[in-house]
Amino acid sequence: MWIVAANVLVGSLLEGMGSACEMIWDREHECMSRRNLERLQLERLKETVRRIYDRVPFYRQKMDEAGVRPSEIHSLSDVRKLPFTVKDDMRANYPFNLFAVPMKEIIRIHSSSGTTGTPTAVGYTRNDLDLWAELCARFISAAGVTSDDVAQVAFGYGLFTGGFGLHYGLEKVGAAVIPASAGNTQRHLTLMQDFGATTLVGTPSYALHLGEAVNESGIRDKIKLRWGLFGAEPWTSQMRAEIEQKLGVSATDNYGLSEVIGPGVSGECEESKDGLHVSEDHFLVEIVDPETLEPLDYGEQGELVITTLTKEACPVLRYRTRDITRLNPEPCQCGRTNARMEKVQGRTDDMLIVRGVNVFPSQVESVLLEIEGTEPHYMLVLYKEGVMDALEVWVEVSERIFSDEMKELRELEESILNRLENALGLSIKLKLVEPRTIARSEGKAKRVMDLREKTT
Amino acid sequence: MKVKQLSIFLENQSGRLAEVTGTLGSEGINIRALSLADTSGFGILRLIVNDIAKAHDVLHGKGFTVSETDVIAVEVPDRPGGLASILRILGDKEINIEYMYAFVEKSSQNAVVIFRIENVDQAIEALQASGVRILSSKEVYSL
Repeated sequence: MWIVAANVLVGSLLEGMGSACEMIWDREHECMSRRNLERLQLERLKETVRRIYDRVPFYRQKMDEAGVRPSEIHSLSDVRKLPFTVKDDMRANYPFNLFAVPMKEIIRIHSSSGTTGTPTAVGYTRNDLDLWAELCARFISAAGVTSDDVAQVAFGYGLFTGGFGLHYGLEKVGAAVIPASAGNTQRHLTLMQDFGATTLVGTPSYALHLGEAVNESGIRDKIKLRWGLFGAEPWTSQMRAEIEQKLGVSATDNYGLSEVIGPGVSGECEESKDGLHVSEDHFLVEIVDPETLEPLDYGEQGELVITTLTKEACPVLRYRTRDITRLNPEPCQCGRTNARMEKVQGRTDDMLIVRGVNVFPSQVESVLLEIEGTEPHYMLVLYKEGVMDALEVWVEVSERIFSDEMKELRELEESILNRLENALGLSIKLKLVEPRTIARSEGKAKRVMDLREKTT
Repeated sequence: MKVKQLSIFLENQSGRLAEVTGTLGSEGINIRALSLADTSGFGILRLIVNDIAKAHDVLHGKGFTVSETDVIAVEVPDRPGGLASILRILGDKEINIEYMYAFVEKSSQNAVVIFRIENVDQAIEALQASGVRILSSKEVYSL
């Protein structure tokens, strides 16, 4: 009998320890010495550059134009010899011109949102998908999640990489995954209660929204949430505190982008929540000055640039993410030695994030151009409806589109609204306005009025 | 027979209407007839003025979106059923009315109704054939 008691005791001891020292998914690679890490990175960088040069004409041409050959990469700092890659390069090569493998080896395709003009597509081989799940498993474990957990995924399942990325990472860790997808708040609340979800995954603003719904429905005591994994949009520490308080979770940030892999580039450890651990054995990261493109040191704030080291289908060289952050190479108290990136502070370009969806003013412009045939005047007004982001697009009624008949103007209004919503993949409000409401300016027009609070 | 009407796009905001009429007033332009069609978001202000070219320039110069539309000004017999008889003439010929609005002539007892009609030539023919008086543009501008 005392053996049984001892087992029970040990069992509960281990369980108690589980929350205090979270699991490191891949100790070998997450706790390498910087020296070994850099050696591994260099080996992989050389391989990747050679492979890209041989297989992707676009990159070969770029490297030739820059006058650099794969054999000239001798050290990690030689990555600076390589040309940058930007979003427009991906758009220009849509859909599959940047693939480094034949279609036969591709077993998944994801795409960015946006149906007017300029989407981008990314492909994955079987190895890429395995890698993706592994990388997500790393930050999911760092966030505190284990195979004992029940994870409710509130990211959209579809072309967006968030849903599927987290899903397979969670499965790999062994959590019971509920593929709830985005939206339908009432159903999320029901699932949380019925299935005893312990983990919530989604955008921070939706988490806050769910938090409010939980409290308003008076079910705060009935839910069992412990962990929150949030990303796809910037969020402040105040927001973290609010989410943690409303849902009773320990919330961590994770970061990624479809152009590089999807979620899985980096993620916070639950222990420190002081920077996002970057999977440097798979991604070579640099910080550059967004204006001069000169490399910056650890600790200096600038634009994050990523080179993939092991991706097969869509390797990428020095991708300019347009995200502003800084790197900290000091080992973390959690035991991981990979560099941490600061929570993303903002962007260098005009991209906006509304309810987790990327919106470029140029998308609005394309739609209006289709309708008007001339350079339209418009304004994107961002504000908060409660905790959720909202977007109202103001479109100037120029003489070109003005009709004396109410019916025609209303039809125009509806047509513009439908087309914009289709193009952006987001529901918005539309307001037809007089010319002078949209201020004219010399030089680049101000197209965005962001009335939401600053994210820092 | 056709009269030029000025249409102005206005946001549904207080002061807009005052600005339009104030601007016209300070330029010495007289408004003969007026109608405002509105939704919750915006409105279309329709005006008959005594100098449409000047009004158009002045408002355009102030940044308003302006357009001109052809309408007809029909004199309504001054008796009960007067308007109904006119509408019956148009209805019999299946002539569609987009919108209409009325005002009273200063000099006489008659009411004048402004019609915006798709097949305006057909309407003019039908009305005149029934003895209905359609005002000339000159008459309307100098009302």
